[in-house]
Amino acid sequence: MKKNLSKLLALAVIAALALVCFAGCGGDDSQTNAGTENQVFKIGSIGPLTGPASSYGISAKQGAEVAVAEINANGGVAGYTLELLAADDQHDAEKAINAYGNLMDQGMQALVGAVTSVPCIAVTEESHNDGLLQVTPSASAAQAAQYDNCFRICFTDPQQGQHMADYIYSQGITKCAVLYDVSDAYSSGIYEAFDEAYTALGGTITTAESFATGDVDFKTQLTSIKNSGAEGLFMPFYYTEVAYVANQSVDVGLDLPMFGCDGWDGVIDQLNGDTTLVDGSVFLTPFFANATDEKTTAFVAAYQAAYNEVPDQFAADGYDAVYAIAAALEKAGSTDNAALVAAMHEIELVGVTGTMTWDENGDATKSAILARIENGGIVPVVAE
Amino acid sequence: MEFLAQIINGLSLGSIYALIALGYTMVYGICKMLNFAHGDIIMVGAYTLSVAMSTLHFPPFLSILTSMVVCAMLGVIIERVAYKPLRNASPLAVLITAIGVSYFLESSALLIFGSTQRNVQSAISFPSVQLGELNISGNAIMTLIVTIILMIGLNWFINNTMTGKAMLAVSEDKGAAQLMGVNVNFTIAITFLIGSALAAVAGVLFISSYHFVGPYTGAMPGIKAFVAAVLGGIGSVPGAMLGGILLGLIESLAKAYISTQLADAIVFGVLIVVLLVKPTGLLGKKITEKV
Repeated sequence: MKKNLSKLLALAVIAALALVCFAGCGGDDSQTNAGTENQVFKIGSIGPLTGPASSYGISAKQGAEVAVAEINANGGVAGYTLELLAADDQHDAEKAINAYGNLMDQGMQALVGAVTSVPCIAVTEESHNDGLLQVTPSASAAQAAQYDNCFRICFTDPQQGQHMADYIYSQGITKCAVLYDVSDAYSSGIYEAFDEAYTALGGTITTAESFATGDVDFKTQLTSIKNSGAEGLFMPFYYTEVAYVANQSVDVGLDLPMFGCDGWDGVIDQLNGDTTLVDGSVFLTPFFANATDEKTTAFVAAYQAAYNEVPDQFAADGYDAVYAIAAALEKAGSTDNAALVAAMHEIELVGVTGTMTWDENGDATKSAILARIENGGIVPVVAE
Repeated sequence: MEFLAQIINGLSLGSIYALIALGYTMVYGICKMLNFAHGDIIMVGAYTLSVAMSTLHFPPFLSILTSMVVCAMLGVIIERVAYKPLRNASPLAVLITAIGVSYFLESSALLIFGSTQRNVQSAISFPSVQLGELNISGNAIMTLIVTIILMIGLNWFINNTMTGKAMLAVSEDKGAAQLMGVNVNFTIAITFLIGSALAAVAGVLFISSYHFVGPYTGAMPGIKAFVAAVLGGIGSVPGAMLGGILLGLIESLAKAYISTQLADAIVFGVLIVVLLVKPTGLLGKKITEKV
């Protein structure tokens, strides 16, 4: 009897595992609009759909899906119906390579991804060999677009550091403290560029404190910053940590103007709408969900209708990435890899993250939008 | 003044580690197994609190109680389903199972609540105290007090009640305890029940200090608390307290005065030195193996 019971249990565990597997695969089934006259152009998408970074990957994939649905509803591009094939990389380089191989087997013709920097760098090595057009929505590390066939929608880390150094210095703040994530290439990349640009302008960095991804206690660093005589605090990292820092700065009695990078997008939701802690903070963003232009409102409405949530910048980046590929496909008029890659340099995309063109490095040239948190909302900062 | 502020930061961090370490050390002391899922039970406790308060609109006290009951039940169920069948298996098999349970809990939370962190309004919140330039967070003081009370209570329970004595007996020799009429299964279940209820308390206090919970919230504090328990002498209740506080202080001072990047290395370095000099940890008892 006992043996039977344990067998039963083992079966139950296997059943549960199988269920979890199927739940994971459910998202991959995104075939749309089959059966039209058009030929199918297959766009792959790689990003973390599970694991700690999954909110970015899921957003980017959903943004891409909205774009694909929109384009197909309008009759496709250059005689092609788009099809999105999504794969999960769990924010892991090795799994991203596997995902890439898998998508190639399914006939992928262009890639949106990878969403995060480390997997993206790994995937560029593969896509470079195949000459495939790769557009990453949000991998901002310098090497994430190191080859000719790789393009990106988001800002690079150094671009962000420079923009913020200029802005903070122009606000009359000459002594600034920095808190950054030393274990994250994105955060330290922005910090290094900021350090260089801010010092070159004549500013002093009073103290550069760091932490590691996953840390939740920042009181020690904040106490040091409080005693360093800084007039402002630059925090180049993601909103989850920003929310922790905002709460804990009250505990240690720190009250400095705070500045951030595009990872801050989403901080208001994270703080449940109570922004008294971060009121007046300024950060750089590529996308405003509450902007009033036609493109953004249409995108936000479509996204909300499909997923019942407000799109974040990753969703916007994913959306623009699909439109960039569609524009390249239209320009090239063929699905040849080399023609698609060449077309990317010729197009100009008016997207929800700004109007952009791509330079020889594959980086998007577009203007930075600065945003200020005010009374629970985000307002654009008017440039002086 | 800054030094004093950093000491307070260390104490508030350390008391959370200590509270988690209490549960670790208790389960290890009685069952001689490392329950790596302990950190994730904290996460379950925090999520339960969040659901009880914001979805079911329970008053704070009832929410905390709900969280403790849910975690206690979960602890007992995990023991029954995952650990009990392995009672006579090698310690390595149990250890791997515990890691499996930990992943299971994390992934379940990911499926149910999604990957975005939840902001939880604190169930209990105390105003901070201002002493001159020094700002002491009320939650830090409370965590410290609760941890000390729980440590004393737990120590008393183990040494002075029948169930507690049964636990000690089971920890020394399962077979002999059974021959003396101790219900081993019941005693181990009680151990998990109390350990998991303590984890729920840790979850509640963690939330009131840090305000957020995600599927992986319990992982890192769980590992740090494990280190604290080993540092203080795993199996010893006052040792867990001492280890937790020391760990918090070392971490905080190392971050403030040596290097934020080296802080973890220093913390683990101290652990290695302590284990080299005193392999049983600071307050651990030496157990002679009988052949």
